[in-house]
Amino acid sequence: MKRRVFAYPYIVWMILFIAVPMLFIFYYAVNVGGTFTLTKLWSTLSDPAKWKVLWISVVMAFKTTVICLLLGYPIAYILSNMKRTVAGFISVLFFVPMWMNFVLRTYAWQAILEYFLPGLLGMEGTLTGTEGAVLMVLVYNFLPFMIMPLYNTLAKIDKSLIEASRDLGANGVKTFFRVILPLSVPGIVSGITMVFIPAITAFTVPALIGNGKYNLYGNEIELAFKTLSGQGDYAVGSTLSIILLLCVFVSTLIMNHFDKDQKQGGQMW
Amino acid sequence: MVKKAARSFKYVYLALMLFFLYIPILYLIVFSFNDFSTGRHISYANIGQWKGFTLKNYSTLFSGDAGKALLLTLEIGAVSSVVATVIGTAAAIGIYAMKKRTRNVILNISQLPMVNPDLVTGITFMMLFTFVNSLLVHLGMKQVGDVTKLLIAHISFSIPYVIFSVMPRLRQSSDLLYEAAMDLGCSPMKALFKAVIPDIMPGITSGFVMALTMSLDDFVVSYFVSDLKSVLSVYIYSSARGAKGVNPALATVIFIPLVVLLLAVNLRRLAKEREYEIQNKKVKLKDKGGNIQ
Repeated sequence: MKRRVFAYPYIVWMILFIAVPMLFIFYYAVNVGGTFTLTKLWSTLSDPAKWKVLWISVVMAFKTTVICLLLGYPIAYILSNMKRTVAGFISVLFFVPMWMNFVLRTYAWQAILEYFLPGLLGMEGTLTGTEGAVLMVLVYNFLPFMIMPLYNTLAKIDKSLIEASRDLGANGVKTFFRVILPLSVPGIVSGITMVFIPAITAFTVPALIGNGKYNLYGNEIELAFKTLSGQGDYAVGSTLSIILLLCVFVSTLIMNHFDKDQKQGGQMW
Repeated sequence: MVKKAARSFKYVYLALMLFFLYIPILYLIVFSFNDFSTGRHISYANIGQWKGFTLKNYSTLFSGDAGKALLLTLEIGAVSSVVATVIGTAAAIGIYAMKKRTRNVILNISQLPMVNPDLVTGITFMMLFTFVNSLLVHLGMKQVGDVTKLLIAHISFSIPYVIFSVMPRLRQSSDLLYEAAMDLGCSPMKALFKAVIPDIMPGITSGFVMALTMSLDDFVVSYFVSDLKSVLSVYIYSSARGAKGVNPALATVIFIPLVVLLLAVNLRRLAKEREYEIQNKKVKLKDKGGNIQ
């Protein structure tokens, strides 16, 4: 018996439950009630409201990514300079919340922003339903995903390179910008990919924190598929998903490009 | 002086960030001891007003829908991760033995569920099951239920994680192991179970843990796949949007075992690392001693 036989159950599974379901997106985009039509696809594509939501989501995801990077980089940097055993322990503390159900954590933020914080500040009304609240909870949810790859990359940097840079007369700031930062680019790139696209598609946070006022692209897709009246509009949802997949594809290409640049740069040195 | 200030600033920053990450968890744990009863009813909706200490939330936690959802989450997690580990490990062994080109094609397709946003994975499964169910109704057969749908979806998105955990171990392990076991008289199956699998066991274990984590953590896919019955995260989401709210005791029940487990695993790993470091030093010292002699 050849060993490759062992892969056959998986290959059947993969075709049935990974490849075929993907085709349904394209099938339902041009199929309404069993007949082929392009009208739904076209009316969705030419709806300016949908493009506006996509733009708002991209901007929101961009802000989330930048804030996560600015907050997360120092954390990863400090951790990478600690003694290994201490850093190991503290980094576990940073990653524990990731294992806790994120819907439950978002629900907690809803409670805090709706009742607790306004009461504490003596404010009228609530803090939910504001752009700032949605942004903060998005940052909260994605921060560990930024810290993890950054920490992994920074911890692997050979400390003798930093010593060499100092020996050659560079001060701390210069060493950081000329040695540490360029060497940590792969971590930054994978951190960005782990935050940006998930942030565009995050529909839980806008739904629970934004009170439906700050709907992102993920919410549009959710609303197209999950309506209260039962079966939603698959054609609209599928078209929106195809656009999303294109966004994912383009951003993956851009990220790969940056990653490759870095590798070539590394070789030149 | 400056150095000292910088150093304490570092710790303050880390502490602040940790506080930020733990605020919602601590908040729920504190309010899990709050009395939520208003008259005869219990409403968790206004979870911001302290009305007195009680343990009632813990005694009522598992009696309602939350208990059912938690049980289903654990069942789906256990079954899907075991099945995914078996299929995924077998797949990795099989794929590894294939020609390079076929191998790369299959590995690339396997990456799809990992690269795809959860949202897309969720809706593709939703559409698949809607299609299959309408077909089954047409044929006068029973529809696919929520539990089966959840299981299929969870197994599907977990398998790639198992494959990509086992694959690196296979690369490290020797190809000759399987051949040698056969030469020594093992049947192919026996060679696999006696020689190959023990050698790649760490990869299988970490793949299993990944699959279990993915399943327990999932919200998006389960949300789209299930209609009536679903897992804990879906229950939390729909309760959070409704008027009733969520029993905050849920946070404690999830958090405490999680922390204990993670700390135990990591402390053991750290202890091992430390031991390894000490041994390394001893070896180095011995080497030096040898050189002097």
